[in-house]
Amino acid sequence: MASAPSPNRSDITLHINGEKHPLTVDHRTTLLDALRERLDLTGTKKGCDQGQCGACTVLIDGRRSVSCLQLAVAADGREITTVEGLADGDRLHPVQQAFLDLDGYQCGYCTPGQICSAVGVIEEHAAGWPSAATDDVRPEAGPPELTPEEIRERMSGNLCRCAAYVSIVDAVARAADERAHDAEEAVA
Amino acid sequence: MKEFGYRRAADVSGALALLAAEPEARFLGGGTNLVDLMKTGVERPALLVDVRELPLDRVEPTPDGGLRIGATVTNSDLAAHPEVRRRYPALSQAVLAGASGQLRNMATVGGNLLQRTRCGYFTDTARPCNKRVPGSGCSALTGAHHNHAVLGASDHCVATHPSDMGVALTAFDAVVTYETPEGPGELPLADFYLPVGDTPHRETALPPGALITGVTLPPAPVAARSRYRKVRERASYAFAIGSVAAALDVRDGVVRDVRLAFGAVASRPWRATAAERALIGAPADEAAFAAAADAELAAARPLPDNGYKVTLMRNLVVAVLAQLTEEAAR
Repeated sequence: MASAPSPNRSDITLHINGEKHPLTVDHRTTLLDALRERLDLTGTKKGCDQGQCGACTVLIDGRRSVSCLQLAVAADGREITTVEGLADGDRLHPVQQAFLDLDGYQCGYCTPGQICSAVGVIEEHAAGWPSAATDDVRPEAGPPELTPEEIRERMSGNLCRCAAYVSIVDAVARAADERAHDAEEAVA
Repeated sequence: MKEFGYRRAADVSGALALLAAEPEARFLGGGTNLVDLMKTGVERPALLVDVRELPLDRVEPTPDGGLRIGATVTNSDLAAHPEVRRRYPALSQAVLAGASGQLRNMATVGGNLLQRTRCGYFTDTARPCNKRVPGSGCSALTGAHHNHAVLGASDHCVATHPSDMGVALTAFDAVVTYETPEGPGELPLADFYLPVGDTPHRETALPPGALITGVTLPPAPVAARSRYRKVRERASYAFAIGSVAAALDVRDGVVRDVRLAFGAVASRPWRATAAERALIGAPADEAAFAAAADAELAAARPLPDNGYKVTLMRNLVVAVLAQLTEEAAR
């Protein structure tokens, strides 16, 4: 697939789920389109394509991001995790398992984005980040408890047309509890 | 989308040189606004100079008790920073009130200040808009303008500035620092955004080719008791229809110091200086808070469909100041 050198294309390497993918991209290519159209990683979904629905959420350098507003060329060399990279072989990620067990979806289209976003939410909460639902953001107030209200606020960047929100909140809460429990056991 | 070149800058001087070499170049930060505008054809750069990896990603206390915030600090890191939450809690709250977790992880402080209005006529390239195409007219004046400006607007443009972060920064006298090929400079945020007048396409006083390097917050003990209150059309993940950043110092029932800035009512974050003047030395009660809000909002010039904002802002000011007074009394 040799193409003439152009100031509007670049040779890049996308680091996705632990694998390196060398690629020549037109600079207009979003990370979302590179994943789906060039690398056949179709788990990441295209919803609005303008940063409003969260269906395309992936983790970039460990932080949840919308891949539709991320240019692929600007993601060159950064560590990207998609929904395909969350499971450990046949063992689902705890967030995936919680969504499955608690019916955190209906049609499933928004689910990969919901799950990647929830993985980010749980890490952000574990790091002590406040949210807009946190009444007192001062560090003296201590880390906020991950209440259903906190989960709804933190997950508000992910829309679900089927409105499976009640079960999604339950799934995120259970996965967060498991992570907190595992962290306690690791200390003990 | 129009084709464009892409270069990743390694340092500030390199970024300035890359920008200077291409008249149609833009700096790229998190891209959450610029990439969206490029998709719709509102922005058509020939070159993006990616500045996200510049070493401007720190939040550092200054010797006098303020904070120095680098331009590439993400919204998330700014809102989570312990010293921001301790010294300027309304700034953390304002940032957390904006966008979504994903967008806050991508967006940067410098980009936030330079984001464009979300006026639907600005983002619709099929419609006249003086900000996008100077001289083409303002579609909002006679069109949908329920969320447009009531303060400081003109017959040429009634768009609002969408930033939440900028409202809190304005309340706390932030100073924008920048670099140009000719050397560094700084602008108080109060002077950073230009009056609308008949040039709504000229938004900031930044010199051409300048790169924002950061924001400096001077020490402000009053800010330790501060809040950001935002009203929107749904519970989360929406732009404001009105917002207030407020800080209040009350002693013996009298207002000693106060900071007030409004969001979503003007082309820029709106420092409510008339309200602040009315409050200093006044009793900390709802009558004084309402009178102060009225002093600021006397200059409001609402359009047929956004007069509710004047009432909304008055109520917001009273509610936030009453809450801060109540918290101080605990």
